[in-house]
Amino acid sequence: MTVEVDSSAAFSEYAHPERLVSTEWLQSRLDAPGLVVVESDEDVLLYETGHIPGAVKIDWHTDLNDPVERDYIDGARFASLLGSKGISRDTTVVIYGDKSNWWAAYALWVFTLFGHEDVRLLDGGRAKWEAEGRDMVTETSTPTSVDYPVVERRDSEIRAYKDDVLAHFGNPLIDVRSPEEFSGQRTTAPAYPEEGSLRAGHIPSARSIPWGRAAAEDGTFRPLDELNALYRDEAGLKDGDSVIAYCRIGERSSHTWFVLTHLLGFESVRNYDGSWTEWGSAVRVPIVKGSEPGTAPEPR
Amino acid sequence: MTTYQLPVALAQIREDFLDLEVKDRLVLLLEFANELPELPERYAEHPDLLERVEECQSPVYIFVEVDADQIVHLHATAPMQAPTTRGFVSILAQGLAGLTVDEVLDVPDDFPDSIGLTEAVSPLRIRGMTAMLGRTKRQIREKIAA
Repeated sequence: MTVEVDSSAAFSEYAHPERLVSTEWLQSRLDAPGLVVVESDEDVLLYETGHIPGAVKIDWHTDLNDPVERDYIDGARFASLLGSKGISRDTTVVIYGDKSNWWAAYALWVFTLFGHEDVRLLDGGRAKWEAEGRDMVTETSTPTSVDYPVVERRDSEIRAYKDDVLAHFGNPLIDVRSPEEFSGQRTTAPAYPEEGSLRAGHIPSARSIPWGRAAAEDGTFRPLDELNALYRDEAGLKDGDSVIAYCRIGERSSHTWFVLTHLLGFESVRNYDGSWTEWGSAVRVPIVKGSEPGTAPEPR
Repeated sequence: MTTYQLPVALAQIREDFLDLEVKDRLVLLLEFANELPELPERYAEHPDLLERVEECQSPVYIFVEVDADQIVHLHATAPMQAPTTRGFVSILAQGLAGLTVDEVLDVPDDFPDSIGLTEAVSPLRIRGMTAMLGRTKRQIREKIAA
Protein backbone atom coordinates (compact mmCIF):
# COMPACT_ATOMS: atom_id res chain seq x y z
CA MET A 1 0.00 0.00 0.00
CA THR A 2 1.58 3.22 -1.12
CA VAL A 3 -0.97 5.41 0.63
CA GLU A 4 -2.33 4.49 4.07
CA VAL A 5 -5.74 2.86 4.18
CA ASP A 6 -8.91 4.62 5.22
CA SER A 7 -9.49 3.34 8.74
CA SER A 8 -13.02 4.77 9.03
CA ALA A 9 -15.09 2.79 11.50
CA ALA A 10 -17.80 2.39 8.86
CA PHE A 11 -15.52 0.18 6.77
CA SER A 12 -13.93 -1.88 9.55
CA GLU A 13 -16.74 -4.45 9.57
CA TYR A 14 -16.06 -5.48 5.98
CA ALA A 15 -13.69 -8.33 5.12
CA HIS A 16 -11.29 -6.04 3.23
CA PRO A 17 -11.86 -2.51 4.48
CA GLU A 18 -8.71 -1.37 2.67
CA ARG A 19 -10.66 -1.59 -0.59
CA LEU A 20 -12.84 1.42 0.24
CA VAL A 21 -12.16 5.06 0.90
CA SER A 22 -14.59 7.75 1.99
CA THR A 23 -15.06 11.12 0.32
CA GLU A 24 -13.54 12.84 3.41
CA TRP A 25 -10.47 10.61 3.24
CA LEU A 26 -9.97 11.31 -0.45
CA GLN A 27 -10.55 15.05 -0.12
CA SER A 28 -7.66 15.37 2.31
CA ARG A 29 -5.31 13.23 0.22
CA LEU A 30 -5.86 14.53 -3.29
CA ASP A 31 -2.24 15.64 -3.48
CA ALA A 32 -0.78 12.57 -1.81
CA PRO A 33 2.23 11.20 -3.68
CA GLY A 34 1.61 7.73 -5.03
CA LEU A 35 -2.15 8.22 -5.34
CA VAL A 36 -4.01 8.42 -8.64
CA VAL A 37 -7.77 8.98 -8.80
CA VAL A 38 -9.57 7.42 -11.76
CA GLU A 39 -13.07 8.24 -12.95
CA SER A 40 -14.90 5.49 -14.81
CA ASP A 41 -18.48 6.14 -15.88
CA GLU A 42 -21.25 4.76 -17.93
CA ASP A 43 -21.63 8.13 -19.64
CA VAL A 44 -18.46 8.69 -21.64
CA LEU A 45 -18.75 12.51 -21.40
CA LEU A 46 -19.46 12.90 -17.71
CA TYR A 47 -15.79 13.34 -16.81
CA GLU A 48 -15.59 16.28 -19.21
CA THR A 49 -18.47 18.04 -17.45
CA GLY A 50 -16.51 18.08 -14.20
CA HIS A 51 -14.48 15.64 -12.13
CA ILE A 52 -12.53 15.34 -8.91
CA PRO A 53 -9.45 17.59 -9.15
CA GLY A 54 -6.55 15.66 -10.65
CA ALA A 55 -8.62 12.61 -11.57
CA VAL A 56 -7.88 10.85 -14.86
CA LYS A 57 -10.52 9.18 -16.99
CA ILE A 58 -10.58 5.54 -18.02
CA ASP A 59 -13.52 4.47 -20.15
CA TRP A 60 -14.66 0.87 -19.81
CA HIS A 61 -15.52 0.58 -23.46
CA THR A 62 -12.97 2.59 -25.39
CA ASP A 63 -10.03 1.95 -23.04
CA LEU A 64 -10.48 -1.43 -21.35
CA ASN A 65 -12.10 -3.52 -24.07
CA ASP A 66 -10.20 -4.79 -27.06
CA PRO A 67 -11.45 -2.85 -30.07
CA VAL A 68 -11.72 -5.93 -32.29
CA GLU A 69 -12.20 -9.13 -30.30
CA ARG A 70 -14.72 -9.46 -27.51
CA ASP A 71 -12.12 -9.51 -24.77
CA TYR A 72 -10.21 -7.18 -22.51
CA ILE A 73 -7.05 -5.46 -23.65
CA ASP A 74 -3.80 -7.37 -23.32
CA GLY A 75 -0.88 -6.73 -21.01
CA ALA A 76 0.93 -4.43 -23.42
CA ARG A 77 -2.08 -2.18 -23.96
CA PHE A 78 -2.87 -2.15 -20.26
CA ALA A 79 0.70 -1.12 -19.50
CA SER A 80 0.56 1.67 -22.01
CA LEU A 81 -2.85 2.85 -20.80
CA LEU A 82 -1.90 2.95 -17.13
CA GLY A 83 1.52 4.45 -17.80
CA SER A 84 -0.12 7.25 -19.79
CA LYS A 85 -2.38 7.98 -16.81
CA GLY A 86 0.58 8.32 -14.46
CA ILE A 87 -0.09 5.01 -12.76
CA SER A 88 2.86 2.82 -11.74
CA ARG A 89 2.62 -0.76 -10.55
CA ASP A 90 2.79 0.38 -6.89
CA THR A 91 0.41 3.34 -7.25
CA THR A 92 -2.61 3.47 -4.99
CA VAL A 93 -5.54 3.79 -7.38
CA VAL A 94 -8.91 5.08 -6.20
CA ILE A 95 -11.70 4.59 -8.73
CA TYR A 96 -15.07 6.32 -8.65
CA GLY A 97 -17.92 6.69 -11.09
CA ASP A 98 -21.60 7.24 -11.77
CA LYS A 99 -24.50 4.90 -10.98
CA SER A 100 -23.37 3.69 -7.54
CA ASN A 101 -19.89 2.88 -8.84
CA TRP A 102 -21.26 0.30 -11.22
CA TRP A 103 -18.66 1.04 -13.90
CA ALA A 104 -15.99 1.93 -11.37
CA ALA A 105 -16.33 -1.59 -9.97
CA TYR A 106 -16.00 -2.95 -13.48
CA ALA A 107 -12.76 -1.01 -13.99
CA LEU A 108 -11.51 -2.23 -10.61
CA TRP A 109 -12.23 -5.80 -11.63
CA VAL A 110 -10.28 -5.36 -14.88
CA PHE A 111 -7.37 -3.84 -12.93
CA THR A 112 -7.52 -6.96 -10.77
CA LEU A 113 -7.24 -9.21 -13.84
CA PHE A 114 -3.81 -7.65 -14.28
CA GLY A 115 -3.00 -8.06 -10.61
CA HIS A 116 -2.79 -4.35 -9.80
CA GLU A 117 -2.53 -4.71 -6.06
CA ASP A 118 -3.73 -1.49 -4.51
CA VAL A 119 -6.95 -0.49 -6.20
CA ARG A 120 -9.86 0.90 -4.16
CA LEU A 121 -13.32 2.34 -4.67
CA LEU A 122 -14.55 5.70 -3.47
CA ASP A 123 -17.61 4.70 -1.45
CA GLY A 124 -20.66 6.45 -2.84
CA GLY A 125 -18.89 7.34 -6.08
CA ARG A 126 -19.36 10.45 -8.12
CA ALA A 127 -22.88 11.20 -6.89
CA LYS A 128 -21.84 11.37 -3.24
CA TRP A 129 -18.85 13.59 -3.96
CA GLU A 130 -21.08 15.91 -5.95
CA ALA A 131 -23.92 15.86 -3.41
CA GLU A 132 -21.51 16.92 -0.69
CA GLY A 133 -20.60 19.97 -2.73
CA ARG A 134 -16.95 19.02 -3.02
CA ASP A 135 -14.66 20.57 -5.63
CA MET A 136 -14.98 19.52 -9.23
CA VAL A 137 -12.96 20.82 -12.16
CA THR A 138 -13.45 20.59 -15.90
CA GLU A 139 -9.91 20.76 -17.21
CA THR A 140 -8.58 17.39 -18.30
CA SER A 141 -5.75 16.19 -16.09
CA THR A 142 -2.44 15.80 -17.89
CA PRO A 143 -0.41 13.36 -15.85
CA THR A 144 3.25 12.75 -16.57
CA SER A 145 3.66 9.38 -18.22
CA VAL A 146 5.36 6.71 -16.16
CA ASP A 147 6.46 3.16 -16.83
CA TYR A 148 3.99 0.42 -16.09
CA PRO A 149 5.28 -3.12 -16.57
CA VAL A 150 3.71 -5.44 -19.11
CA VAL A 151 1.86 -7.95 -16.97
CA GLU A 152 -0.12 -10.75 -18.58
CA ARG A 153 -3.76 -10.92 -17.61
CA ARG A 154 -4.64 -13.72 -15.21
CA ASP A 155 -8.22 -14.61 -15.96
CA SER A 156 -8.60 -17.92 -14.19
CA GLU A 157 -9.11 -16.73 -10.62
CA ILE A 158 -11.78 -14.09 -11.03
CA ARG A 159 -13.11 -14.51 -14.56
CA ALA A 160 -15.36 -17.32 -15.77
CA TYR A 161 -15.87 -18.32 -19.38
CA LYS A 162 -18.96 -20.07 -20.69
CA ASP A 163 -17.36 -23.51 -20.33
CA ASP A 164 -16.47 -22.70 -16.73
CA VAL A 165 -20.14 -21.99 -16.06
CA LEU A 166 -21.20 -25.31 -17.62
CA ALA A 167 -18.70 -27.08 -15.38
CA HIS A 168 -19.84 -25.10 -12.35
CA PHE A 169 -23.40 -26.47 -12.13
CA GLY A 170 -24.15 -27.62 -8.62
CA ASN A 171 -22.33 -24.59 -7.20
CA PRO A 172 -23.97 -21.21 -6.58
CA LEU A 173 -24.68 -18.81 -9.42
CA ILE A 174 -25.87 -15.28 -8.81
CA ASP A 175 -27.84 -13.49 -11.50
CA VAL A 176 -27.58 -9.77 -10.79
CA ARG A 177 -29.86 -8.53 -13.56
CA SER A 178 -33.32 -7.05 -13.11
CA PRO A 179 -36.23 -9.36 -12.26
CA GLU A 180 -37.61 -8.84 -15.80
CA GLU A 181 -34.41 -10.08 -17.37
CA PHE A 182 -34.19 -13.00 -14.92
CA SER A 183 -37.67 -14.25 -15.67
CA GLY A 184 -37.21 -13.83 -19.39
CA GLN A 185 -39.67 -11.02 -20.02
CA ARG A 186 -36.84 -9.11 -21.62
CA THR A 187 -33.17 -9.53 -22.49
CA THR A 188 -31.90 -6.12 -21.43
CA ALA A 189 -32.24 -4.00 -18.34
CA PRO A 190 -35.36 -1.85 -18.45
CA ALA A 191 -34.42 1.22 -20.48
CA TYR A 192 -31.20 -0.28 -21.80
CA PRO A 193 -30.37 -1.00 -25.41
CA GLU A 194 -31.20 -4.34 -26.93
CA GLU A 195 -27.92 -6.14 -27.27
CA GLY A 196 -29.01 -8.95 -29.44
CA SER A 197 -29.46 -11.94 -27.14
CA LEU A 198 -31.55 -14.48 -28.98
CA ARG A 199 -33.11 -16.14 -25.94
CA ALA A 200 -34.43 -14.74 -22.66
CA GLY A 201 -34.36 -16.19 -19.16
CA HIS A 202 -31.55 -17.20 -16.80
CA ILE A 203 -28.88 -19.82 -16.27
CA PRO A 204 -30.46 -22.80 -14.44
CA SER A 205 -30.14 -22.69 -10.63
CA ALA A 206 -29.02 -19.04 -10.56
CA ARG A 207 -30.41 -17.01 -7.69
CA SER A 208 -31.68 -13.54 -8.52
CA ILE A 209 -30.10 -10.76 -6.49
CA PRO A 210 -30.18 -7.57 -8.59
CA TRP A 211 -26.84 -5.81 -8.13
CA GLY A 212 -28.32 -2.51 -7.00
CA ARG A 213 -29.68 -4.07 -3.81
CA ALA A 214 -26.13 -3.97 -2.45
CA ALA A 215 -26.09 -0.18 -2.72
CA ALA A 216 -27.84 2.31 -0.46
CA GLU A 217 -29.75 5.32 -1.80
CA ASP A 218 -26.65 7.51 -1.63
CA GLY A 219 -24.66 5.00 -3.68
CA THR A 220 -22.57 3.73 -0.75
CA PHE A 221 -22.38 0.03 -0.01
CA ARG A 222 -24.91 -1.31 2.46
CA PRO A 223 -23.71 -2.27 5.95
CA LEU A 224 -22.37 -5.77 6.52
CA ASP A 225 -25.48 -7.17 8.23
CA GLU A 226 -27.66 -6.10 5.32
CA LEU A 227 -25.25 -7.60 2.80
CA ASN A 228 -25.19 -10.83 4.79
CA ALA A 229 -28.97 -10.91 4.80
CA LEU A 230 -28.96 -10.50 1.04
CA TYR A 231 -26.28 -12.93 -0.03
CA ARG A 232 -26.08 -15.47 2.82
CA ASP A 233 -29.70 -15.62 3.99
CA GLU A 234 -31.53 -14.87 0.76
CA ALA A 235 -29.14 -16.29 -1.85
CA GLY A 236 -27.91 -19.06 0.45
CA LEU A 237 -24.18 -18.50 0.00
CA LYS A 238 -21.96 -20.21 2.56
CA ASP A 239 -18.33 -19.75 3.52
CA GLY A 240 -16.09 -21.69 1.21
CA ASP A 241 -18.54 -21.57 -1.70
CA SER A 242 -17.28 -21.15 -5.20
CA VAL A 243 -19.53 -18.51 -6.77
CA ILE A 244 -20.06 -17.20 -10.29
CA ALA A 245 -21.91 -13.92 -10.85
CA TYR A 246 -23.20 -12.71 -14.18
CA CYS A 247 -25.38 -10.05 -15.76
CA ARG A 248 -25.58 -8.89 -19.36
CA ILE A 249 -21.99 -8.04 -20.30
CA GLY A 250 -20.28 -8.42 -16.93
CA GLU A 251 -20.49 -4.84 -15.69
CA ARG A 252 -23.25 -5.05 -13.08
CA SER A 253 -21.83 -8.37 -11.89
CA SER A 254 -18.46 -6.68 -11.29
CA HIS A 255 -20.22 -4.65 -8.63
CA THR A 256 -21.53 -7.85 -7.03
CA TRP A 257 -18.10 -9.49 -7.44
CA PHE A 258 -16.65 -6.58 -5.44
CA VAL A 259 -19.24 -6.98 -2.69
CA LEU A 260 -18.81 -10.75 -2.39
CA THR A 261 -15.01 -10.67 -2.59
CA HIS A 262 -13.96 -7.54 -0.76
CA LEU A 263 -16.84 -6.77 1.57
CA LEU A 264 -18.09 -10.24 2.48
CA GLY A 265 -14.76 -12.03 2.09
CA PHE A 266 -15.72 -14.90 -0.22
CA GLU A 267 -12.47 -16.22 -1.61
CA SER A 268 -13.61 -17.90 -4.78
CA VAL A 269 -15.83 -15.57 -6.77
CA ARG A 270 -15.68 -15.28 -10.53
CA ASN A 271 -17.39 -12.83 -12.85
CA TYR A 272 -18.81 -14.37 -16.03
CA ASP A 273 -18.37 -11.39 -18.34
CA GLY A 274 -19.78 -13.20 -21.37
CA SER A 275 -22.97 -13.09 -19.33
CA TRP A 276 -26.38 -13.02 -20.93
CA THR A 277 -25.22 -11.56 -24.24
CA GLU A 278 -23.23 -14.77 -24.70
CA TRP A 279 -25.35 -17.33 -22.85
CA GLY A 280 -28.63 -16.05 -24.32
CA SER A 281 -27.25 -16.53 -27.83
CA ALA A 282 -25.13 -19.64 -27.35
CA VAL A 283 -26.21 -22.87 -29.00
CA ARG A 284 -27.26 -25.80 -26.78
CA VAL A 285 -26.87 -24.30 -23.34
CA PRO A 286 -29.66 -24.81 -20.78
CA ILE A 287 -31.96 -21.90 -19.93
CA VAL A 288 -34.76 -21.52 -17.40
CA LYS A 289 -37.62 -19.05 -17.73
CA GLY A 290 -39.75 -17.64 -14.95
CA SER A 291 -38.94 -16.29 -11.52
CA GLU A 292 -37.77 -19.60 -9.95
CA PRO A 293 -34.07 -20.56 -10.18
CA GLY A 294 -34.78 -24.04 -11.54
CA THR A 295 -32.55 -27.05 -10.98
CA ALA A 296 -28.92 -27.32 -11.90
CA PRO A 297 -28.19 -29.69 -14.78
CA GLU A 298 -25.27 -32.11 -14.54
CA PRO A 299 -22.01 -30.22 -14.86
CA ARG A 300 -20.36 -30.73 -18.24
CA MET B 1 -30.77 9.14 -61.42
CA THR B 2 -30.56 11.43 -58.43
CA THR B 3 -28.11 10.95 -55.62
CA TYR B 4 -29.34 11.48 -52.10
CA GLN B 5 -27.94 14.58 -50.44
CA LEU B 6 -27.97 14.95 -46.68
CA PRO B 7 -29.75 18.13 -45.52
CA VAL B 8 -27.30 21.02 -45.11
CA ALA B 9 -27.31 21.21 -41.32
CA LEU B 10 -26.78 17.47 -40.84
CA ALA B 11 -24.06 17.46 -43.48
CA GLN B 12 -22.33 20.33 -41.72
CA ILE B 13 -22.52 18.54 -38.37
CA ARG B 14 -21.03 15.43 -39.91
CA GLU B 15 -18.25 17.41 -41.53
CA ASP B 16 -17.48 19.21 -38.27
CA PHE B 17 -17.12 15.91 -36.40
CA LEU B 18 -15.10 14.17 -39.09
CA ASP B 19 -12.68 17.11 -39.32
CA LEU B 20 -11.67 16.57 -35.71
CA GLU B 21 -9.36 14.07 -34.06
CA VAL B 22 -11.29 11.34 -32.27
CA LYS B 23 -10.63 12.88 -28.83
CA ASP B 24 -11.80 16.32 -29.90
CA ARG B 25 -15.04 14.85 -31.20
CA LEU B 26 -16.01 14.27 -27.57
CA VAL B 27 -15.47 17.96 -26.87
CA LEU B 28 -17.76 18.89 -29.74
CA LEU B 29 -20.34 16.38 -28.51
CA LEU B 30 -20.20 18.07 -25.11
CA GLU B 31 -20.84 21.44 -26.79
CA PHE B 32 -23.94 19.98 -28.35
CA ALA B 33 -24.97 18.59 -24.96
CA ASN B 34 -24.69 22.06 -23.45
CA GLU B 35 -26.70 23.58 -26.28
CA LEU B 36 -29.75 21.38 -25.81
CA PRO B 37 -32.52 23.89 -25.19
CA GLU B 38 -34.95 23.57 -22.31
CA LEU B 39 -38.29 22.10 -23.22
CA PRO B 40 -40.90 24.64 -24.29
CA GLU B 41 -43.09 25.34 -21.29
CA ARG B 42 -46.12 23.71 -22.84
CA TYR B 43 -44.30 20.37 -22.72
CA ALA B 44 -42.42 20.89 -19.48
CA GLU B 45 -45.78 20.69 -17.75
CA HIS B 46 -46.99 17.73 -19.80
CA PRO B 47 -44.62 14.83 -19.32
CA ASP B 48 -47.37 12.55 -20.64
CA LEU B 49 -46.81 13.95 -24.14
CA LEU B 50 -43.18 12.91 -24.15
CA GLU B 51 -41.93 9.57 -25.36
CA ARG B 52 -39.12 7.85 -23.53
CA VAL B 53 -36.32 6.55 -25.75
CA GLU B 54 -36.01 3.13 -24.13
CA GLU B 55 -32.87 2.25 -26.03
CA CYS B 56 -30.90 4.99 -24.31
CA GLN B 57 -29.08 4.23 -21.12
CA SER B 58 -30.21 7.44 -19.47
CA PRO B 59 -33.72 8.83 -19.32
CA VAL B 60 -34.29 10.88 -22.45
CA TYR B 61 -37.70 11.94 -23.65
CA ILE B 62 -38.60 13.28 -27.05
CA PHE B 63 -41.63 14.91 -28.57
CA VAL B 64 -42.06 15.69 -32.24
CA GLU B 65 -44.28 18.44 -33.58
CA VAL B 66 -45.30 18.83 -37.21
CA ASP B 67 -46.57 22.33 -37.90
CA ALA B 68 -49.06 23.54 -40.52
CA ASP B 69 -46.25 23.94 -43.07
CA GLN B 70 -45.19 20.31 -42.60
CA ILE B 71 -42.05 21.45 -40.77
CA VAL B 72 -40.73 19.13 -38.07
CA HIS B 73 -39.80 20.36 -34.59
CA LEU B 74 -38.02 17.93 -32.28
CA HIS B 75 -38.16 18.68 -28.55
CA ALA B 76 -36.23 16.68 -26.01
CA THR B 77 -35.15 16.57 -22.42
CA ALA B 78 -32.41 14.56 -20.72
CA PRO B 79 -30.69 15.02 -17.36
CA MET B 80 -27.46 16.97 -16.96
CA GLN B 81 -25.91 13.75 -15.57
CA ALA B 82 -26.30 12.22 -19.02
CA PRO B 83 -24.25 14.51 -21.27
CA THR B 84 -23.72 11.89 -23.99
CA THR B 85 -27.44 11.38 -24.37
CA ARG B 86 -28.02 15.13 -24.33
CA GLY B 87 -25.39 15.53 -27.01
CA PHE B 88 -27.00 12.92 -29.26
CA VAL B 89 -30.46 14.41 -29.07
CA SER B 90 -29.09 17.92 -29.45
CA ILE B 91 -27.36 16.92 -32.70
CA LEU B 92 -30.65 15.64 -34.03
CA ALA B 93 -32.65 18.62 -32.82
CA GLN B 94 -30.23 21.05 -34.49
CA GLY B 95 -29.66 18.94 -37.57
CA LEU B 96 -33.35 18.39 -38.26
CA ALA B 97 -34.45 21.94 -37.40
CA GLY B 98 -36.51 23.50 -40.16
CA LEU B 99 -36.72 20.34 -42.27
CA THR B 100 -39.95 19.15 -43.81
CA VAL B 101 -41.60 15.86 -42.98
CA ASP B 102 -40.28 14.26 -46.16
CA GLU B 103 -36.76 15.53 -45.61
CA VAL B 104 -36.64 14.06 -42.11
CA LEU B 105 -38.08 10.73 -43.24
CA ASP B 106 -35.41 10.59 -45.96
CA VAL B 107 -32.51 10.96 -43.52
CA PRO B 108 -30.66 7.63 -43.63
CA ASP B 109 -31.29 5.53 -40.53
CA ASP B 110 -27.56 4.98 -40.15
CA PHE B 111 -26.73 8.70 -40.02
CA PRO B 112 -25.55 8.32 -36.38
CA ASP B 113 -22.97 5.75 -37.50
CA SER B 114 -21.56 8.11 -40.08
CA ILE B 115 -20.41 11.06 -37.99
CA GLY B 116 -17.24 9.55 -36.59
CA LEU B 117 -18.53 8.96 -33.08
CA THR B 118 -18.60 5.17 -32.99
CA GLU B 119 -14.89 5.12 -32.24
CA ALA B 120 -15.08 7.93 -29.71
CA VAL B 121 -18.06 6.77 -27.70
CA SER B 122 -18.40 3.07 -28.70
CA PRO B 123 -20.91 1.48 -31.10
CA LEU B 124 -23.06 0.37 -28.18
CA ARG B 125 -23.69 3.94 -27.07
CA ILE B 126 -24.35 5.12 -30.61
CA ARG B 127 -27.36 2.83 -30.73
CA GLY B 128 -29.16 5.25 -28.45
CA MET B 129 -28.91 7.93 -31.12
CA THR B 130 -30.06 5.56 -33.84
CA ALA B 131 -33.10 4.79 -31.68
CA MET B 132 -33.85 8.50 -31.22
CA LEU B 133 -33.83 9.04 -34.97
CA GLY B 134 -36.03 5.96 -35.46
CA ARG B 135 -38.54 7.10 -32.87
CA THR B 136 -38.58 10.61 -34.31
CA LYS B 137 -39.46 9.22 -37.73
CA ARG B 138 -42.11 6.95 -36.24
CA GLN B 139 -43.76 9.87 -34.44
CA ILE B 140 -43.78 11.84 -37.68
CA ARG B 141 -45.40 8.96 -39.58
CA GLU B 142 -48.05 8.65 -36.89
CA LYS B 143 -48.76 12.36 -36.99
CA ILE B 144 -49.09 12.65 -40.74
CA ALA B 145 -51.28 9.55 -40.83
CA ALA B 146 -53.60 10.96 -38.17
